[in-house]
Amino acid sequence: MHHSIEVQQLSFAYPDGHPALDQVSLKIEPCEKVALVGPNGAGKSTLILHLNGILQGQGHVQVCSLPVNNKNLGRIRGMVGLVFQNPDDQLFSPTVYDDVAFGPLYQGLSVADVRQRVQEALAAVQMQEYAGRVSHHLSMGEKKRIAIATVLSMQPEVLVLDEPTAGLDPRARRSLIHLLDELPLTMLVSTHDLHMVKELFPRMVIMDGGCIVADGLTDDLLKDEALLLAHGLERP
Amino acid sequence: MHVHFLDPYRPRASLVHHLDPRVKLVLTLAFVFTTALTPQGVWPVYILLFALIISAVLLSELGVGYVLKRAALAFPFVLAALPLVFSSSGPYLVETTLGDWALRISQPGLERFLSIAFKSWISVQAAIVLASSTPFPDLLVAMRAIRIPRLLVAIFGLMWRYLFVLADESLRLIRARASRSGISAQGGSRPGGGVLWRARVAGGMAGNLFLRAFERSDRIYMAMAARGYDGEVRMLPLPTLKAAQWGFLAGSLLLFLLLLVLAYLL
Repeated sequence: MHHSIEVQQLSFAYPDGHPALDQVSLKIEPCEKVALVGPNGAGKSTLILHLNGILQGQGHVQVCSLPVNNKNLGRIRGMVGLVFQNPDDQLFSPTVYDDVAFGPLYQGLSVADVRQRVQEALAAVQMQEYAGRVSHHLSMGEKKRIAIATVLSMQPEVLVLDEPTAGLDPRARRSLIHLLDELPLTMLVSTHDLHMVKELFPRMVIMDGGCIVADGLTDDLLKDEALLLAHGLERP
Repeated sequence: MHVHFLDPYRPRASLVHHLDPRVKLVLTLAFVFTTALTPQGVWPVYILLFALIISAVLLSELGVGYVLKRAALAFPFVLAALPLVFSSSGPYLVETTLGDWALRISQPGLERFLSIAFKSWISVQAAIVLASSTPFPDLLVAMRAIRIPRLLVAIFGLMWRYLFVLADESLRLIRARASRSGISAQGGSRPGGGVLWRARVAGGMAGNLFLRAFERSDRIYMAMAARGYDGEVRMLPLPTLKAAQWGFLAGSLLLFLLLLVLAYLL
């Protein structure tokens, strides 16, 4: 069985010389749900941007047994659904429908296929009646759900989310947690929400200063108060 | 995840960098005016002006290559003066006829075009030395010192501050689009979509950016109002210029004036 995500010895520095990742290695099995936690500036978002080749550092990244390089970029981006932290970045089309249809349309699918994909994706996040709405005027919780639908419509194998519960009210957060729980996909979720991690993710990876400092069962790691404290986290 | 390449400022420890920004701004403006006022075709004065700007480039330690590369920015604008070569009156250097059409290259026209090209080129170099050797906040202080209206200076300042925010925002939008620009697992479909569709997506992104900039400006205004902004921009008083700096400024301005007089005498 292939690993869904395999990262080996990945290092990356931003153009201004600021190092962001240092020898990061990580393996995620198909259909595994993993949480990525750590303080701000730990390198979580940078790592995530490597998983579909937006950033390409030194080292080896492989997704669904395809190495991430310029040749495979199109296929990789079809397989990895990346949901950005700020849904306003993700929703750039005039209407919700256009946004959810972007991925399938780009892939060159037939009109009937695109319609079906959009309907399925909107149904998966329970937002069917929002198709004709203007994304700009939605609430934060609605925007987050639509942002997830925009990648579900590509039928990805891996879902990568950057701080999905940030800025949500308790009800929107709760319904998002249900949604993530139900989606049968490989998932890597960067978050500060340790309550959600405890509830949803059996495995947890802690990053700090561009390195992975702990990787194990969530229940075990959350008991280690000294470890959590050392990396700017609080026991839920 | 920020855009880094926008800021033209290059930190160095050169003489030009240490010069007071007010002196630098005035001298740059004076240099550009002197260049613009020099009549066409006075090549000896052009060479003197060029020598001045090259000395400034060398003293600034920015690297001649860097400045010349950036100065290439002037060329597209110079093209606007190109018709002069063909539309001015004689004597003509070249005259050919193509059927009913006559192509004539006029000598005064060519001279005017070359003068304009050369003058724009050295003026842009002066601006580049100024922008690369002075941090933008210092430039704002200098603008204020030479009595550019405060509101205008405040607008420049806000523009500079939020230009980077907007650039970051568009970078994130482009990344989000790239992330969803994939190839389907089903074979046979051609990825990329039509040109028209892509244009529509890009249009949507631009509109989105505009809307967000618009809303952000509202929020910024509210944040300013919440801290007591009443439409009047107040700023801290500026430090006084030292005598040596005044001397340097006056000497340089005198030199520019002499160059102008020379240009009209020649």
